[in-house]
Amino acid sequence: MMDTSEATAATDPKTWELRLYIAGQTVKSVTALANLKRYCEEHLVDCYTLEVIDLLKNPQLAEGDQILAIPTLVRKVPEPIRKIIGDLSNEEKVLVGLDIRPHGTH
Amino acid sequence: MHEYKLAPTALPQLPKAPTGIEGLDEITEGGLPLGRPTLVCGSAGCGKTLLGIEFLVRGILDYDEPGVLMTFEETADELAANVTSLGFDLKAMQADKKLRVDHVHIDRSEIEETGEYDLEGLFIRLGYAIDSIGAKRVMLDTIEALFSGFPNEAVLRSEIRRLFRWLKEKGVTTVITAERGEGTLTRQGLEEYVSDCVILLDNRVIDQITTRRLRIVKYRGSTHGTNEYPYLITEDGISVLPVTSLKLEHTVSDEIISSGVSGLDDMFTRRGWYKGSSILITGTAGTAKTTLAASFALEACRRGERCLFFAFEESPAQLIRNMRSVGVDLQPCVDQGLLVIEASRPTLNGLERHLVTVHKLITEYQPQAVVIDPISNLVSVGSISEVRSMLTRLIDFLKVNNVTALFTALVSGRDGRMEMTEEGVSSLVDTWISVRDLEGIGERNRGLSILKARGMAHSNQVREFLVTEHGIQLLDVIIGPLGIITGAGRLTQRMQEQAQLVAQQHELSRRDRELERKRRVLEATIANLRTEFESVEEELRQVNDEESARQQALDRARTSASHGLNNLPLRQPNTQPE
Repeated sequence: MMDTSEATAATDPKTWELRLYIAGQTVKSVTALANLKRYCEEHLVDCYTLEVIDLLKNPQLAEGDQILAIPTLVRKVPEPIRKIIGDLSNEEKVLVGLDIRPHGTH
Repeated sequence: MHEYKLAPTALPQLPKAPTGIEGLDEITEGGLPLGRPTLVCGSAGCGKTLLGIEFLVRGILDYDEPGVLMTFEETADELAANVTSLGFDLKAMQADKKLRVDHVHIDRSEIEETGEYDLEGLFIRLGYAIDSIGAKRVMLDTIEALFSGFPNEAVLRSEIRRLFRWLKEKGVTTVITAERGEGTLTRQGLEEYVSDCVILLDNRVIDQITTRRLRIVKYRGSTHGTNEYPYLITEDGISVLPVTSLKLEHTVSDEIISSGVSGLDDMFTRRGWYKGSSILITGTAGTAKTTLAASFALEACRRGERCLFFAFEESPAQLIRNMRSVGVDLQPCVDQGLLVIEASRPTLNGLERHLVTVHKLITEYQPQAVVIDPISNLVSVGSISEVRSMLTRLIDFLKVNNVTALFTALVSGRDGRMEMTEEGVSSLVDTWISVRDLEGIGERNRGLSILKARGMAHSNQVREFLVTEHGIQLLDVIIGPLGIITGAGRLTQRMQEQAQLVAQQHELSRRDRELERKRRVLEATIANLRTEFESVEEELRQVNDEESARQQALDRARTSASHGLNNLPLRQPNTQPE
């Protein structure tokens, strides 16, 4: 899921560095991941990185990004940090939250 | 299975986790429910966070139970800085892996909500923190902050409910703090979820004086103190002040100790009062209350006891100087370390802090006698009912420790009694001595009487006393036509008595003289009579003599006649016709 386009992320200001926190393969987590991937493929082709963190495996990582709700999508870049919680089922909200202007063609 | 069978008999009581907070364990009868959540609620500035932190810190220091502090408001650094003044070194505890602080930052503006979610992340964080140090205690500082971060209240409530259940299953003793709401214990109704133990903190300002109070609203499965208990935030943390002897079962002494004034001792049938009892001396201004108190302190030191003197009116130096002027020299006792004078203005602290100071000093110094002069000044920092409750606790505390306590109280008014002493303290003390002005025409005298003395008979008289250079001296009772006489009346009475005495003596000597005269008259009469008798006797004797002489002469004449008639028988004179 990670480092799809590290090089472009550093140079292009319009790159998205995303982290999705989940806790095991719950329905919500799986749905959120599926939704997120769909949005990214649609709107952020080749200009995003996505890291999926399973807190059941790495519980110590929850503190760093102040994770409380599961699932939580964290937009690290561009600044400021935004968090979107829930299974990301509302596309409009997710896109607004991620500050993604939908491409005109789509 | 064995344990289950044993449980009803072996564990009659709910297992508890001692908080280590002074006084709180007494009220809760052992501590907070072990392995269960406890809700601490109160308005801002009550010390909720402090109570929670102290619970964790004491657990770490005193009971070796590591703790997790999850804070939703302050950062770890802020908290550590805040409690440094109390001597809690959170950083060191964190380094020792005894404490874990997790600051949960919630910023609504950062969070967007879409679709379903839960708070599993919070559980994971907390679970990780607990497991990483093997924590037994957890504190969630103002979990209600979650409500500002997450708009979906239904989810939040169910998650909080789940969290508390989860904590219970984990077996950690949890303290949850929450802000007090309008008409409810907490703003978000957390009390619905935490049903094991709820502690309410309160911060009340009455007459510009703040008193903090603590109350156990509920404690499932255990009895507990139900009152409101004042508590303080001291330099050592939170200190709750329960009435120490809730059961009135302290042991008593049958030993009698002197009051330091021998005349006063005489007024009690057992010559003094019981050791470990409490004595109240009330009186109007300038009735030598302090002198009586100092005499008692001096006497205690003479017996070799340690005495603690709380002076709320005078500095130690002033007290010693003033008492020396009436022959009560406290300086040697101070030098020997038997007497400690603790002087402070009552207004310096709130009542509860005074009580804590007194407790602390008594615990430190272990005196056998305590003097508080005067308790009435404490009213200036609290209402009468508060002073009363403070004194109740103080007296109980002293009694439990078998400390003889003497209090003085200033009363106002001519009748010399004020409601404070009348309804307040008097029922608490064992012996009540009243000193007062006996104001007559143009003078004031001091009178002393015993209003009550539990456990012994006592004089009912009002005794006049003088403050002399050799201490307090009780004068003998002089009873005049209208009762007991004092002062100038006493002098008048004495002069009258002297005059009477003189008159009586005069009368006596006059009678003596009269008697003497009578005796002389009698003697003279007797002499007369005797002379008379003697003359009569003389006369009679003369007559007798003459008679006998005549008879003899006659006899002689007859004898000579009979010589002439020789043959006449001898008995002839007898038969001789007359």
